[in-house]
Amino acid sequence: MKILEEKHRLATRWFHWLNFPLLTAMIFSGLLIYWAYDPYRIGFGSVTLFHFFPDWFYNFTGIGQQLALGMALHFVLAWLFAINGIAYVLYTAFSGEWRELLPDRKSPAQALQVALHDAGFKVPLPPQGRYNAAQRMTYSAIVVMGALSLVTGLAIYKPAQLSWLTALLGGYEWARWEHFWLMIAYVAFFAIHIAQVVRAGWANFRAMVSGYDLVDLPTPTEPEATHGD
Amino acid sequence: MATDTRPTRTPEQEIRRRTRRAFLTMGAGAVGMAAVWRWLNSLSPDGDISAPLRKVLGFNERVVRTTLFGDNHLVKTYPASAIRHLKVNGEFGLEQPLDAAGWNLEVAPVSGTSLKLALADVQALPRFEEIIDFKCVEGWSVVTQFAGARLADFTAKFAPGSQKAAFVGMNTPLKDYYVGLDMPSALHPQTLLAYEMNGKPLEDKHGAPLRLVIPVKYGIKSIKRIARIEYTDQRPRDYWAEQGYDYYSGL
Repeated sequence: MKILEEKHRLATRWFHWLNFPLLTAMIFSGLLIYWAYDPYRIGFGSVTLFHFFPDWFYNFTGIGQQLALGMALHFVLAWLFAINGIAYVLYTAFSGEWRELLPDRKSPAQALQVALHDAGFKVPLPPQGRYNAAQRMTYSAIVVMGALSLVTGLAIYKPAQLSWLTALLGGYEWARWEHFWLMIAYVAFFAIHIAQVVRAGWANFRAMVSGYDLVDLPTPTEPEATHGD
Repeated sequence: MATDTRPTRTPEQEIRRRTRRAFLTMGAGAVGMAAVWRWLNSLSPDGDISAPLRKVLGFNERVVRTTLFGDNHLVKTYPASAIRHLKVNGEFGLEQPLDAAGWNLEVAPVSGTSLKLALADVQALPRFEEIIDFKCVEGWSVVTQFAGARLADFTAKFAPGSQKAAFVGMNTPLKDYYVGLDMPSALHPQTLLAYEMNGKPLEDKHGAPLRLVIPVKYGIKSIKRIARIEYTDQRPRDYWAEQGYDYYSGL
């Protein structure tokens, strides 16, 4: 016998599934802006291993020559990205769900176990609640990164009126660099996230969509409670 | 199950129903978002960005002007050792060689008659120097030194009373480049009518004989080779705003 079990609350699912297209649109419009001045690379000295981005990337994606549109989209959709993110943090704080999300002292060590297990090593999985230790670490980090994107973005957007913030982040150019690498980190997270979702299978994905999972009803181990008293 | 309010469905049927409903909601949401995305991305017939984007950019401007902007919010200044080479990035309005002898500056106050000024009239005002990070809308920036008269001093001297106007408009001799500025940004203490750059008289390609340097905005607003300054309550035309950029473009 199986029963339905609520895995993800309605609010959590809305925040998640709104954030996905919003972050995608922020990354796309951000790339329209980045194209106009694209100095970042992986390399050292005069050796460049990878330049963000090569021509083939711009040609393939059609990104280019749309700085004005990119800026407008970015500075308009940033409101929705920020509101959704702040609402999520408030919801998580007040609903108590932060207890299942924030890492604790054991999380780093356990996250390593999870990572080794997932990588195919014969390491036992530590006990977990709604999220395993690796998920706690990653999903919490993503929220912090979202906040940093907002803060570094504001520092680039208003470096004169918010000059204290820009200075705090190392100056205008550093803030732009930080803002860019946060974006790269989202893309890396996305790739790993999708791979893990595929590995976890349909029931896990279905739970993030519908909110529910089918679980085995625990077999009764003791007789029914008496109703005499 | 005593708590199951729909005993006619098995758990398998129930989760299928819920999953279907959730996917339908997401599908409808995706269609809706795709429509909004297309609407936002659609360009108006004259090539401008869409009306909803313009509306929100206007909202952003109001938020910044009412909550952030202040004359005491100065852009960072640098030591002379930080100065780097500023490339010539825009030649709009500079296609023709400068007619230095024929150049003068027309000033149109918000009411009353216009004046014609010579460069010496601007240079007679107190001279201010600033080494600031000149920021291009493209994303790069270069620390550069400029010297000239504050636009606030200039306005007080040559267009007294025009500070009450909402805007300042400026254009090049052939009117092929033009900018519009909100008055608070125009009167910001770091906004200069500059005639020197990096310790030398302004070069032709950098806007000789007189250019605007408005570090609280992107470089697209720092018009070169100014021929006319107009104080007005009607929002002046702005070259890059007509190409889809934010009219305010404030930093």
